[in-house]
Parts: sequence; C-alpha cells; structure tokens
Amino acid sequence: MLRIAISMIMGDRLKYLGLLVGLSFAAMLITQQASIFMGYTQRMWAPIEDQPNVDIWVMDPQVRSTQDAKHMQDTILQRVRGVEGVEWAVPMYRGSLNAQLSNGTQELSTLIGIDDSTLLGGPHKMIEGSIFDLRQADAVIVEKRAAEGDLRFNLPDGTTRPLAAGDSISINDRSARVVGICENNYPFYWQPVIYTTFSRAMLYAPQERKLMTYVLVDAKEGVDHQVLADRISAATGMKARTSWDFARMTMKYTLDKTGILVNFGITVGLGFVIGLLVCGQTFFNFIVDNTRLFGALKALGLSDGRLLQMIAVQVLVVGAIGFGLGAGLAAIAGMLLPYVGVGFYMPWQLLVGAGVGVLGICLVSAFLSAIRIVRLEPAVVFKA
Amino acid sequence: MLTASQPSPSFVTGSGPVAVSCKGVTKTYGKGDSAVRALRGVDIDVHKGELLMLVGPSGCGKTTLISVVAGVLDRDGGECSVLGQDFAKMNSGQKAAFRAVNVGFVFQAFNLIPTLTIAENVAVPLLIQGVGRKEAIKRARDVLGLVGLGNRTNDEPRRLSGGQQQRVAISRAIVHKPKLLVCDEPTSALDHVTGQKVMELLRSVAAGEDLSLVVVTHDQRIFEFADRIAEMDDGHIVRITQGQGLRTSASHDPAK
Repeated sequence: MLRIAISMIMGDRLKYLGLLVGLSFAAMLITQQASIFMGYTQRMWAPIEDQPNVDIWVMDPQVRSTQDAKHMQDTILQRVRGVEGVEWAVPMYRGSLNAQLSNGTQELSTLIGIDDSTLLGGPHKMIEGSIFDLRQADAVIVEKRAAEGDLRFNLPDGTTRPLAAGDSISINDRSARVVGICENNYPFYWQPVIYTTFSRAMLYAPQERKLMTYVLVDAKEGVDHQVLADRISAATGMKARTSWDFARMTMKYTLDKTGILVNFGITVGLGFVIGLLVCGQTFFNFIVDNTRLFGALKALGLSDGRLLQMIAVQVLVVGAIGFGLGAGLAAIAGMLLPYVGVGFYMPWQLLVGAGVGVLGICLVSAFLSAIRIVRLEPAVVFKA
Repeated sequence: MLTASQPSPSFVTGSGPVAVSCKGVTKTYGKGDSAVRALRGVDIDVHKGELLMLVGPSGCGKTTLISVVAGVLDRDGGECSVLGQDFAKMNSGQKAAFRAVNVGFVFQAFNLIPTLTIAENVAVPLLIQGVGRKEAIKRARDVLGLVGLGNRTNDEPRRLSGGQQQRVAISRAIVHKPKLLVCDEPTSALDHVTGQKVMELLRSVAAGEDLSLVVVTHDQRIFEFADRIAEMDDGHIVRITQGQGLRTSASHDPAK
C-alpha cells in the first residue's frame, strides 16, 4: 500500500511539482541563509583561528571582541610569564593605521605586531616570501586580499598590479618594505592586514603609554587551559580567556551589536513559513481532490492507521526529495558565494537542523490533512 | 407498517440461507428541525446467491441502506446482521477488517486509482488484507482474464472505456472472494448496451458462488437481472417483487 501511496502523490504531476518547489525553496532558503550566517559567524573569530598555537589570550578587562583594541602596559607580559603553567607568552600589537600607496592613496589597515624573537602570532599561511624576512629592516608582510585589492601597487602607466615582495608602502608616514604575502582566514570586519615585528609596530603606531594589545599564551602540557586562564587573570588583573572563550565572547558581542542574528533568523523563519504554507496548502488540496479515492480505500477495508501511514509516506517522500534538491542548490550556491566575498559554512549539524525543519513542515502538513482523512466517512463514496 | 415477513403479494421473500437481515433499521442525518430521516424502519433480507435490486426515487434512502448494510455507515436504530455479524458491536478497525474480507464494492464512479495500472487497482483489496504484492498482482491478472481484460493489465484506467473500467471495478470487487457484493448504480455512467454487458458480467461472476449481490439502481433496463426487486420510498421498503433473474447465456463473451 505504501507503493500505492507514493504512486498517488507522484501521479498528480501538478501538485507533486508544487510540493517539490515549495519544499525545495524552503529547504534552500533555510539551509543557505543559515550557512551564510554560520559563515559570517565563523569570520567573527577569524583572528583567533589564525593563531592555532595560542591557548590563552590575555587582554585589557574592557575588551569585548577581537575588534576591540584596548592596550595594556608592557609589564603585563613579564607578569604573565611568571604564572605557573605558562609554557610561553609573547606580546601582540593590533591597531588600525593608515597605509599609504605610492600614488598617495590611503587605506585604513590593521597593523599586527608580533614578537620579534620568536615571530609567534604570525600569519596563518605564507603565499610569498618567509615570515623570517620580517627581521629585515622596515619589513612588512601584507595579507593576500589586501595585496590584490585595496593595496594594489600603482604602475607608472596608471594600471595596477597586486602588491608583491619588494614593493614599498608607507605606514603612518613611515616607510615599509613588503617582504612577503600571506593568507589569513576571512574576518567579519575586513580591513587590509599588515604584519610586522612588535618593536617596529611601536614605531609605526601613534605614541601612547600603552601599546600592547594582547599577550598570547601557550599552556604547558597537561595544564587545564581554563584553570590557567583564571590563574593569569588573578595574577595580573587582566582578562584572560581561552581561545574558545574569546571566540564565543566575540561572537556574542558581534551578534548583540549588529543584529545579523535577527536578520538571518527572520529569513530562515520566512523560509519555514513559506514552506509550510505551500506544502500544507498543496498537500491539503491533494487530499481534498482525492477524497473519493481515500473514501473508497476506507470502504474497501483500509484502516485509519494504514491510511495515516500512506499520508505520512507521501509527504515524507516528497519532503526528502524536496530537501535534497533544496540543500543541493544551497550547496551549489555555497561553492560560488565565497568568490564574491560572502561567508558560507555548512556543517553537517546545520544540514540535520534544516532537515528537521523540513521534516516539521511535512509533519504539520500531514497532520492537517490527516484530520480530514480520519474524519472521512467511507460512505462518501456513495454520494453523488 | 408492512414488513417482508407478512404474507403479502407486495413483499416477495427469497429462499435459502440469509446473508443480510435488517429489521426496523433507522438512520437520521442532522438534528432538530433540519434532521432528515433517511431510513424509517427498514425490514429486508438478502439471501445467499441472490441478486437483490434496490430501486426508488432519489432521496428515498437506497444509498443510506446499502451504506448501513456494507458497514460504512452506522445505523441509529433497529437490527442489522451481515453474514452473521452486527456492525454495531464492532469498532471502526474491526468493521474495516470485516469489510476487507467479506464485502466487495462496485461504485457508480468506478473510483479506480488513476496512477495505478488496472492490475494494481484490482490487487488493492488483496494488498489491504496483507497479501504479498507479487501474489496479489498475479491473482488480479487472473481475475482480469476472466472478465476479458487479460491483455490490458498494464494499462492505466484512463486508457479504457467506461465499460472496461467498470469491468475492472467488478474485478476489484470480487478478487478477494467476498461473500457480499454491494453495487451502487453500476450502470448509470454507461450506455445501455455496455450496461447490459456489465450486468451480465456481474451475474456470471456471482453464478454458482456463495455471493450475495445488492444493487442500487434507477436503470429499469437492468431490472431483468434481479432475483428480487425491493422498491423504496421515503425511507421505507414499500414493495418487494419477484425479478426475472436473468442469467448470462453460455455463449456470452465478457470481452465484448
């Protein structure tokens, strides 16, 4: 009888198509929008992801996210190094400064100063040159998107080319020489990123009393990261967070302040509602159009339970096909969107969640129709 | 109120064991001022192997009566025994199970599932009983062969004429060898010649079987096939007359 159920729904081509379109659209919208949201959310902690070797981030107590650059005194570094359980601790500067191109164009860029001696805290991946070249005079490493985009090198004939090793720029009116190109994880708030040493960053940055943004910490083996973070906070009076906690803190702050959660939530909710309306209405129409047939099946002796099974199978089969189509379309979009700079991340958990959403649409639609079927008098087949 | 048990030339009784026995059956639709009393105390027996026709004007209660007899509608009062069972003592699941085994239906509008082949349509009662799909299709094809559609088993209903579709419906009604066949206006959607052929087929498939047929009809042209004709009016059986009980001739080819 279940084969008959599937045959009935697929045989009604118009309604079958309507159901597929409705469910695919809902699945695509839910999956794609949630994936874009996940992609953007991932970008919120991209600066943290760029430092996989760092276990704990020490920062000013007022810092709320990775974008929130509030500096600390240099002395904090030594105090952190003195805490039991710390394998190593290095300083990092992070600030926004003007980078100027040879034609005078200025771009507000993120300057990151990493530890001179160990070069820990450096870029995620080198594309051209070596990180050790930062030890050369006036050396900087430029992030790939900046080198190919906002910081493109100007040629005498007026054209541009990507910035490359050997090119010169100036930062805050001080000369800098590009010694390498790197690639980082795409951040939520994008700005050109330039790496240099910590001491050189002190020269580029406007003179302030405090210039150290973070202390990056690696825990000794076997030391619990949260326990060490708490110990560092107690010893220094600064905010110490594990990488995961810092990422979560950044994400919460960004979600609270930007409203993207609400925007994407509304879109995902709309996808669900539209899917429910289209699927529910179309499937109900299918049941109404086939009332006599269902009545005939009841008269022939099919029990309510088996009829409900038929309805469930009909809506679930269409739901599965619709979800597959929709999620597939979302995945295809996901392969193309990063090319235009849109974040996209589709973990399997998201697919499961979207599947549950589509399943919910199917079950509600089936339930609304099932009420009609259960109440159907078999005698309806004898009515004119 | 006259009943079929009283000696009267207007109430011809059948012979042989009784398959269906109704006494004082009532059914009312709606409540209060808008209530419609469709059955007002119906007494009727249907004997095994008999073809009983129910005739009468529209709204006289024919369809309601066969609905009650077939167990697809609950009666309000009276007694009704179908093959020794009382539907009033069964829950909906038990009624469905009883119908699946013992009752066959031929509907006015055929009610064939358009997306299935005719073999699959005929197999439905067997599938409902839990017969395996292969076996059910095989038995369906056998029955379709009996009614002259053995070479069309893979066709969909829309490819058949009205008469052929009704033959498919009859096949579906008998494939599971029921004891009671309920037919609601089986020839009303057909022309006279086709209707005659369908009635001949009904008689031929029931002949020699322990099968009782109750046929609701307006079509006077097929009265000749009835063993008895029960006339209804305003919710009562007003007359039961002897029919001609026309049987199929030996040379009849149901495929034509």
